Amino acid sequence: MTATAVRGRARTRFPTGTALGLGSAVLYLSLIVLIPLAFVAWKSLEEGPGGFWASVTTPDAWAALTLTIGASILVALINLVMGTLIAWVLVRDRFPGKGVVDTLIDLPFALPTIVAGLVLLALYGPDSPLGVNLAYTRAGVVLALLFVTLPFVVRTVQPVLIELDQDMEQAAASLGASNLQTFRRIILPNLMPAMLSGMALAFTRSIAEFGSTVLISGNLPFKTQVAAVNIFSQIEGDNLSGAAAISTLLLIVALVALIAVDLLQRWGRHRG
Amino acid sequence: MVKRLIVLIYLLFLLVLPVGLIAWRTFGDGLGAFFEALTSSSALHAFQVTLIVAVWAVVLNTIFGVGAAILLVRHEFPGKRLLNALIDLPMAVSPVVVGLALILVYGRFGPFGGWLEGRGIQIIFSTPGMVLATVFVALPLVVRAVVPVLEELGDEQEQAATTLGASRWQTFLRITLPGIRWALAYGVVLCLARSLGEYGAVAVVSGRLVDQTQTLTLFVEERFQNFDQPAAFAAATALALIAVLTLLLTKFLRPKG
Repeated sequence: MTATAVRGRARTRFPTGTALGLGSAVLYLSLIVLIPLAFVAWKSLEEGPGGFWASVTTPDAWAALTLTIGASILVALINLVMGTLIAWVLVRDRFPGKGVVDTLIDLPFALPTIVAGLVLLALYGPDSPLGVNLAYTRAGVVLALLFVTLPFVVRTVQPVLIELDQDMEQAAASLGASNLQTFRRIILPNLMPAMLSGMALAFTRSIAEFGSTVLISGNLPFKTQVAAVNIFSQIEGDNLSGAAAISTLLLIVALVALIAVDLLQRWGRHRG
Repeated sequence: MVKRLIVLIYLLFLLVLPVGLIAWRTFGDGLGAFFEALTSSSALHAFQVTLIVAVWAVVLNTIFGVGAAILLVRHEFPGKRLLNALIDLPMAVSPVVVGLALILVYGRFGPFGGWLEGRGIQIIFSTPGMVLATVFVALPLVVRAVVPVLEELGDEQEQAATTLGASRWQTFLRITLPGIRWALAYGVVLCLARSLGEYGAVAVVSGRLVDQTQTLTLFVEERFQNFDQPAAFAAATALALIAVLTLLLTKFLRPKG
């Protein structure tokens, strides 16, 4: 830390190429990302902290926020278990068609969110061939979020599991440890940082999700309307400062989760 | 064995059956109906808008992505870690918030938007705004694909070329670019897929004007809400086919190791 600071001060002038490139990159990033996001934060505080608080605690906004955060926590936990299990099967199990399953895991990332919503509505909507109708329910919202967040935990746990040395497990087993003991004492501690960071990524994606929930939630305020959809209807209703306040709150929650990921990864690296 | 069964059933009901069902419903009435639904004038217009927006966004993000990757890997400057972190920021922002942010700055009542409108340039509810929104959501993809390969490549060959009298541009074209070409292709494919499929951010900034600013994803939603299921399913299947193609391409292009 100090070394870089000293080096930075010693070379206050860097090559023109660097300066030009850095200038253009920062300009591009500022015009498209940073200035617009700063305007959201600024707009949300237009009427002071009291106005901000009033905007996020209107009954419909508050209902949307609590639903979003509650559903996202549930989705993150299901992903923690199912994602780890899927990664386990993909790494340790052998069966025909495993390569296809492995490729399919990334499909939710490649599929446009509105298509994901439509696809789920086709199977779990009013015309469901299975007779399961989750349209306009909170279960439908959770289902849509599970679909779009599927790859996160799988793809963070999988590489760690591939690298994991099986010698330790064999040693534990030969010393008389049961399968459960080996899992709890040897495997789980090694996988935990990756599992948690995958879970945090799934959580941040869930609280931000819009497209996949639009069709299946039916956008019913107080019942199935998630935060992003609430922001959307506020924008349509020309209440930009209300929309900005909820947006800012979502951004803060996402940043806290991302910082948590970063800390977890560092913690994992120190232990590894 | 039990684990495998649980995983396969979970994936079957969450992923395979829903996606399979939509393909089956679309092609159930034959290929003719599929193409008929996709060649209506609204659908064709939506294709055109989608393509224009996606190509602009990919070109801009590719230029930025390669430049930023070289900057992050080959150059030293204060604030490098901050820049690195800021490039990932778009991933954490809800698409709807992206739209709102752009409206606040580039909308009629925004500082830039008002100024540009005075000069006859409209950003929001028109193509430039949609390009900006798409650039925003797909911004990190090319950078993140190129950075690791550039790091692995090292700069020995580039230095050798410079020593032998190659200009900076020659070094880039003859040494750097060939070295990163597969990673770049991987990033471009990811960026293109994301751009073609973006819904939320574009829904906000486009104003969703049918036959004007309607992209393919907006077409899917609008047709579905208007009870035109065949058209919605056909367009959704077309987008899903693009997604599957992307998946296969990226599997082939992904840097090994």
